[in-house]
Amino acid sequence: MRLNRRGFFKVVGAAGVAVAGTGQNAGAWHSKAPKDPYGCLVDLTRCIGCRKCEEACNRVNRLPPPELPFDDPTVLDTRRRPTDKAYTVVNRYYTGKLDERSKLVPTFVKIQCMHCQDPACVSACIVGALTKKENGAVHYDVGKCIGCRYCMVACPFEIPAYEYYDPITPRVMKCTFCYERISKQGGLPGCAEICPVEALTFGKRSTLLEVARKRIKQDPARYLDHIYGEKELGGTSWMYISGEPFESVGFRPLPAEPIPRLTETIQHSLFSYLWSPALLFALLGGLMWSTHKKQNTSEKGGES
Amino acid sequence: MDAQACPVNQRFWTPGVVVLAFLMAAGAVAIVARFVGGIGYVSNLSNARPWGIWVGIDVASGVALAAGGFTTGFLAHIAGRHYYEPIVRPALLTAMLGYTFVVLGLIIDIGRSWAIWKPMIFHNTNSVLFEVAMCVMFYLNVLYLEFAPIVVERYKGRVRLPGLLAIFNGPAEALLSLADAVLPKIMWILIIAGVVLSCMHQSSLGSLMLIAPTKIHPLWYTPILPLLFLTSAIAVGYPMVVFETTIITSSLKRDGEMHILASLTRITIFLLGFYMVLKVGDMVVRGTYVYLLDGTAQTNSFLVELILGVIVPWVMLLCPAVRRSRRALFIACTMIVGGVLLNRINVFIVGFTSRLSDGSYFPSVSEILVTVGLISGLMFIYRVLVTYLPVLSGAHQEVSS
Ligand code: SF4
Ligand code: SF4
Ligand code: SF4
Repeated sequence: MRLNRRGFFKVVGAAGVAVAGTGQNAGAWHSKAPKDPYGCLVDLTRCIGCRKCEEACNRVNRLPPPELPFDDPTVLDTRRRPTDKAYTVVNRYYTGKLDERSKLVPTFVKIQCMHCQDPACVSACIVGALTKKENGAVHYDVGKCIGCRYCMVACPFEIPAYEYYDPITPRVMKCTFCYERISKQGGLPGCAEICPVEALTFGKRSTLLEVARKRIKQDPARYLDHIYGEKELGGTSWMYISGEPFESVGFRPLPAEPIPRLTETIQHSLFSYLWSPALLFALLGGLMWSTHKKQNTSEKGGES
Repeated sequence: MDAQACPVNQRFWTPGVVVLAFLMAAGAVAIVARFVGGIGYVSNLSNARPWGIWVGIDVASGVALAAGGFTTGFLAHIAGRHYYEPIVRPALLTAMLGYTFVVLGLIIDIGRSWAIWKPMIFHNTNSVLFEVAMCVMFYLNVLYLEFAPIVVERYKGRVRLPGLLAIFNGPAEALLSLADAVLPKIMWILIIAGVVLSCMHQSSLGSLMLIAPTKIHPLWYTPILPLLFLTSAIAVGYPMVVFETTIITSSLKRDGEMHILASLTRITIFLLGFYMVLKVGDMVVRGTYVYLLDGTAQTNSFLVELILGVIVPWVMLLCPAVRRSRRALFIACTMIVGGVLLNRINVFIVGFTSRLSDGSYFPSVSEILVTVGLISGLMFIYRVLVTYLPVLSGAHQEVSS
């Protein structure tokens, strides 16, 4: 291999300057959460399991008709997850709580995308097809998506679903927070609008936190003192209050640390301004140059 | 150098190659099915388990096991150990084909294969996957350019395309001359860039799963996962070279390069030892050894990976007797290769749990066929290329019965 001395120092030198210039620019991690997003408060003590929200969601998002009708009570006998054909599902849990006549009392839990404040899916998406909007919605742009499904790997709530049976143009499917509807003045998500018992309250996240705290304070016998989604993973736009321990109704305890923090810190401290690759390039270049020179001289020395 | 690299001149359709062709055909059928019926039609992937063996083996393990390319390139060309020159070309060819098939695997795995170019336009610099994709793309091109001089060496001034294609003789010749004029001048940039890009994405492949702290088993989920991925890739580079060189030389009855392989594995003692210390140290520091005896499938898989894939072969390599014996060396290196392969499978598949949904996953037959078909395709093309191009060294053949 021939090494051209001038060209060599030009490239290696430029790399060195780039390194010196950038130094420690990788600052601490900052949350990118919107300041005043909308949210939705789910009151599990109010939900009666009518599944009207599922029906409304299906209608406003023009999803395909379900296998069993929305008023078929047997659907609740199986635990379900959101799918590519249903952005939200209601599950029934028996936690052992009894009523006056010693009958088991069910707790119904609606699940959908939590619209995390610092969403793992948004941080993960290779092309930025998922974005956290100012109004709180985590929005999916199918025009950018390549279908890598890294968002699904990342989501701690296991929410995004995939159209696995579409060979060419599958989409990631998840609750949209009815982005279009709530972007309009006074617009409500389809599910929150229909709920007959006001188990779903839509509003500014800050207001909802106050509402939740007030309800818990006014009726401490009815509620646990925990707003799920207030602190979990840095906060979520959808939040829950409950009379039953969250672990017993399908929620996992989660840390307050936003998920993207670790990977984004690693990525940016290593790669901002490409300082570490540039440094490595310079080091390897130096090594290559010195071994090359040494060998040249020793060869010459051997000949003479 | 005692032996120049030269094309292999031997019967092509051996029984082994016929088997490869069959496996490729079976894989091709499964791939057609994937593009007709969708990913769900051929695979056992689900919403809870979005990544399976296509990512865990074809992509993640493929990248790790192609590490022989940049590690030998470093040794021979950057550290100037020309003694190792005879293994550089085969390792380079493996890396080039390995990455080509990584990209093919990705095309099959992603839902919108035709959109694979979109990350070039839409960037998300927060995404580890974005960085991996960019590095793999650039590195693949670097590999093609690094390999080009071998084509030039063989065909420059000798382009004779058959039949009608003969009209392209002129342009092809011009292209080769251009490559011959330009490439030697920039080769050092390509070689260094290859090492830099490799270090970047080998480590970032480990960062990939750090986005799922609630899903990855604590035995593998550690903030130093990128460092473990990088060090294991570097450690597996030379054993992989030994592994494939031994297979190739024994199936083509060529010179074994035994002296080179033996000294390569002396370096491996340090590299693998470093990885071992990091891996065990990480386990001690984070206290995850409490899981070791709980008897779950995940823990057992971890133990196999650590003991049979790292510790035992490392101890084996310590013995000079092992390094002198062709067979023992091959066994030790195969264990190291298997250990890194199992590590990637563990991190991406075995260690991945989805507790909210039913997340059980085992690859379907078609899924396995796609993977096996791709690997067979890689080996088949390798065999074709060494037939026409001067890749393998050692014109003198071993005395065979
Ligand atoms: S719940 Fe999952 S899909 Fe929804 S915003 Fe959070 S990480 Fe994204
Ligand atoms: S599947 Fe689509 S939305 Fe999800 S991470 Fe990949 S490109 Fe982004
Ligand atoms: S917010 Fe809209 S998309 Fe989400 S569950 Fe409610 S109706 Fe469905």
